[in-house]
Amino acid sequence: MIKGNFIDNLPKVYGIYTGGFLAFIIIMSIGEQMGMTAKVIGICFVAFTVAIYAIIGYLSRTAQADAYYVAGRQVPTVFNGMATAADWMSGASFVAMAGGIYFKGYGYMALLVGWTGGYVLVASLLAPYLRKFGCYTVPDFIGTRYGGNLSRFMAVVVLTVASFTYVTAQINATGTIASVALDIPFQYAVYVGLVSILLCSMLGGMRGVTWTQVAQYIVLIIAYLLPVFWISNKMGAGFFPHFMLADEVSRIAELEAQFGFVKNSAENLKEVPKGLAGITKAHSAVNATPWAFISLALAMMMGTASLPHVMMRYFTTPSVKAARKSVGWSLFFIFLLYSSAPMLATLSKLSLIDPSLPTGIIGKSISEVQAIDWYQNWNQANLMFVSDFNGNGTLELNEFFMGGKAVVLATPEIAGLPYVISGLVAAGGMAAAMSTADGLILAIANAISHDVYYKIIDPKAETAKRLVVARVLLVVIGFAGATIAALEIQGILGSVIWAFDFAMSGLFFPLVLGVWWKRANKEGAIAGMFLGLVSGAAYLVWVRTGGSGFLGITQLTFGIFGSAVSLVAMVVVSLMTQAPNAATQRMVDEVRVPAGKSILGKQH
Amino acid sequence: MSKQEQHWEKSKGLLMVTLAIWFVFSIGIFLFGAEMNEVTGPFGYPLTYWFTCQGSLGIFVILIFWFANRQEKIDEEFGFSERGDD
Repeated sequence: MIKGNFIDNLPKVYGIYTGGFLAFIIIMSIGEQMGMTAKVIGICFVAFTVAIYAIIGYLSRTAQADAYYVAGRQVPTVFNGMATAADWMSGASFVAMAGGIYFKGYGYMALLVGWTGGYVLVASLLAPYLRKFGCYTVPDFIGTRYGGNLSRFMAVVVLTVASFTYVTAQINATGTIASVALDIPFQYAVYVGLVSILLCSMLGGMRGVTWTQVAQYIVLIIAYLLPVFWISNKMGAGFFPHFMLADEVSRIAELEAQFGFVKNSAENLKEVPKGLAGITKAHSAVNATPWAFISLALAMMMGTASLPHVMMRYFTTPSVKAARKSVGWSLFFIFLLYSSAPMLATLSKLSLIDPSLPTGIIGKSISEVQAIDWYQNWNQANLMFVSDFNGNGTLELNEFFMGGKAVVLATPEIAGLPYVISGLVAAGGMAAAMSTADGLILAIANAISHDVYYKIIDPKAETAKRLVVARVLLVVIGFAGATIAALEIQGILGSVIWAFDFAMSGLFFPLVLGVWWKRANKEGAIAGMFLGLVSGAAYLVWVRTGGSGFLGITQLTFGIFGSAVSLVAMVVVSLMTQAPNAATQRMVDEVRVPAGKSILGKQH
Repeated sequence: MSKQEQHWEKSKGLLMVTLAIWFVFSIGIFLFGAEMNEVTGPFGYPLTYWFTCQGSLGIFVILIFWFANRQEKIDEEFGFSERGDD
């Protein structure tokens, strides 16, 4: 069936895979008709998909450094786009994004704009040039461009801080989904998630992660789009929701005006379980100041361009030209999910609050709502809550509370879709969280094994030894992340946003100026990374401990302050110290030209 | 000016245009979010709402492909493009 080169056969391989997955969904739905329980379906979905990823991970095993670090630099543009999209869209994008839009409306949409607009910066400022450079990791670029072990080490520090903040959230998400789908306690589920993650990356490094991420993208996009289209059709909202929900959006605005946003007293809110929220913000109206919106979008865009696990995906393309195109494909595949999240939020909200729909619960009597099956299920899962604050016996808009995750997880059930969809959604969430966790753990482990161990500690190490070190680090970092995730310190979304801010504080300007400003030198870069990271972190601590902040910069956008400090420090220190030598200047000139050999050799 | 300097000048020009378009749709229009939302946009959605759901996102996708093609043309013009792969 499959002959010849693996790369040439990719469309066929993944075509068969997609067909197989769709067939699996159909088999499961037949199983449901024949009486399989929801729990068994959930276990089948998660176990089946994870087993496939593990097989891909095993088949991608390698003993070569360039295959382990950059997948042999032969990933075609479109497939690299899919892999990047999976790498990028985390458990937060999958599970929490629609919920965020549902509750916060316009103010939250800044994240959508930021998380897509950042790719324009990636494509135009960085990715093609770093690809030409031929580095294995992001600190590899910093260390070679600026020279010296200290600059390389600082880059590893920033990378580790940002990526580790991010990865605990992802392992947490895999744990949450595994614990629900497999029905085991969260503390153990976290480690089940971790083992699944390591199965994909341990043997094949970047090569294994690339081909599992493509497979994970296919699962997660089917799992996200299928319910959105199904619900929209079932509600009669429109055959193609993205183009047809204008009436629903205006209907929500109408209902909001009719119900009004009643503010609950602090005493009443004490009754509401932690983590649940009510609808307090307009759905489609502009409910944030321009600066609040723009600053959040800007922080996310600059953070996107500085996150190493995304950047390193573009090191795997065959050419500079392919790297540029590949960024476009990445964003296209991301766009498919991101443009659907607001539609899901709209459908979910309308189906709950519109009294003229059979699923609407606002305006019904409290006891009637409490008797609904799905309400009882999700109430038990601590994701839904109603209470009759004003004592009139009917449910008002301000008396209904829901968890952010429920928008994605519960809407299919509320709309009356079969259980098989819930199993599919669990598999999709698992794929989203696993793919991102893999990218992040690999980014950290590669930076430490390549840049700290090989380049600084033991430059004479044999390839075999380097790859053993890389794999040991992968496991150690994974376990450290899982251990912290098991402590459940902070929510998924908060820590994701912090990771962007850390990355932009320390890395944005050292990376961009490395390509675009020849005069930038080692001292400037070290100052930029160090002061950027420290000042950003200090600002975060200050705001978290009751500081008032300034210029409207919050704990979600502290990277704007950090990166401003980084820019000033880098420019001032660079100009005060000696210009980089002629060899470095020549290197920068060469990076700017796509043709010719890369700066660093194929094996280095 | 050497060939390489000319190539870089043109590349910088393209970067500026790309970043200008990026700026308009990621930052510029949201300075007037409230005013713009009064207008009905494509498919009947309020205009600002549409930009945050689909408009800006879609424009970024197109912008990157446009940028990649233009940059390739510039590279070819100066004989700096890579051969044989895509």
